[in-house]
Amino acid sequence: MNTLMKISTIIYTIKQGFVNIFRNKWYSLASVATISACLFLLGLFYAIMTNFQHIVQTAEEEVCVSVFFVEGTTEERMKQIQEMIDDRKEEVVRTEFISAVDAWKEFSKDYLRGYEDGFTENPLDGLDRIDAYMTDVAKQEALVTYIESISGVDHVNKSIVLANTLSGANMLIAYVSIGIIAILLAVSIFLISNTVAIGISVRSEEINIMKYIGATDFFVRAPFVLEGMLIGLVGAAVPLLMIHSLYNKVLTYVTERFTMLTSILNFLSVEEIFHLLLPVSLIVGVGIGFLGSVITVRKHLHV
Amino acid sequence: MANKEFLRRKQEKIMEENGIIYLENVSKSYSTGSPAINDITLSIKQGEFVFIVGDSGSGKSTLIKLLLRELTATSGAVYVMGQDLAELKHRQIPRFRRNLGVVFQDFRLLNDRNVYENVAFAQRIIETPINEIRRNVPTILATVGLAGKYKAKTKQLSGGEQQRVALARALVNRPSILLADEPTGNLDPKNSWEIMQLLEEINEQGTTVIVVTHNREIVNAMQKRVIAMKKGIIVSDQEEGEYIDED
Repeated sequence: MNTLMKISTIIYTIKQGFVNIFRNKWYSLASVATISACLFLLGLFYAIMTNFQHIVQTAEEEVCVSVFFVEGTTEERMKQIQEMIDDRKEEVVRTEFISAVDAWKEFSKDYLRGYEDGFTENPLDGLDRIDAYMTDVAKQEALVTYIESISGVDHVNKSIVLANTLSGANMLIAYVSIGIIAILLAVSIFLISNTVAIGISVRSEEINIMKYIGATDFFVRAPFVLEGMLIGLVGAAVPLLMIHSLYNKVLTYVTERFTMLTSILNFLSVEEIFHLLLPVSLIVGVGIGFLGSVITVRKHLHV
Repeated sequence: MANKEFLRRKQEKIMEENGIIYLENVSKSYSTGSPAINDITLSIKQGEFVFIVGDSGSGKSTLIKLLLRELTATSGAVYVMGQDLAELKHRQIPRFRRNLGVVFQDFRLLNDRNVYENVAFAQRIIETPINEIRRNVPTILATVGLAGKYKAKTKQLSGGEQQRVALARALVNRPSILLADEPTGNLDPKNSWEIMQLLEEINEQGTTVIVVTHNREIVNAMQKRVIAMKKGIIVSDQEEGEYIDED
């Protein structure tokens, strides 16, 4: 009997949560709009900044250091050195061995275009090299120091300016992103919890009546909390759908209209953006709806 | 288990000796100003009908709030149904309040719900099974003369009818005590009398009724116990009393 009553209370609570949303439709609409606006801005900014970061990271991956060998180093030793560099997984994505013959062919193809006949010998003879591509250009210094300490290595060519520029850009984007996302998140939390608070304060009389009749805190709080969570869920789902559609449209537009741009810049797919944006938005929306209503109802429970 | 039984017996003993409501040297002070209630000792027996009268600031509202455990006494002890209210924990208050029915001057109905839902709400709170709610609500609505208006929104009702809904809501859980705070304050004389007659009928069925009022005519006509308060103290307490001017 008692269990049956509990179940009926749970059903009643869930029903009340939904009914309250429709009963206070203007407040519900205002809350959903506030949450949606905040999370839309947050999502939009996240999508833009993530793409920036991705573009810089892609550029970083194309940056490599070139390792040259002491004259007379055997091919076997060169392979050993390549394996040693490959083992530095934290710093190195991949390595590429380019023999002096391949290097000359590449140079001739790129710059001489038919005038290579004037050369009877390979001017790059003895300049076999390994190109090491890095995980993060900020780690270039450490990697170069290590490679230079290997016996058989003559010198390492590196680009300090490019590495510093990319590394700096990456750091800047990271800091700016964290800063702006933190501000947007704080503003969102403030606005959403305020909207939830106002909606509940308007109904403080209803809470008072419930308490006078003998309602437990759970009975009073549960429909409000459910209502807050539902509003948060819808408020998070709306901007997610909008961003999903908008992002795809923008991506298609840019790909079709600016072919040059897409060959240089590598944009993230909507799935990659949503990998983090989806759970974060839902947690923020539902979480604030939950916390906002719990905290606000608590203020009115001491009757 | 044994502890609960001991507690129940203790409460019954207090009720037997001191009545269903017992205030022992109770004072209540707010952070500013003089005490709202000053060293009151009062006993109300089970099944009594009591008027509490007095001007604004006499301490009537504070007394009601103390009985509802909305406030706790600064000093002294408040016992309701043998229970020392100071010992109640926050989570125990709802269960305690289910022994009390409350009616206010401004009705305090849920205006976005109809008459049936307002009354059924009180039953849902105490987790009454739905089939019992369906049986109890029409019965109590018939008692207060609103059986035909169960579908009406509360805003569509007259003041008298709204107070009847409030009364039905207060009574549907069969409380031992009914607290009515200025129940006729917003009503015309005809409706006021009808509400008072209902309260009297409820009292005759065994419920202890406490009415806080300013209505001299009603108090004088009904010939019940009258407790008069002024500036936080009881200035008179008479069986079959009348509304006396304190001046």
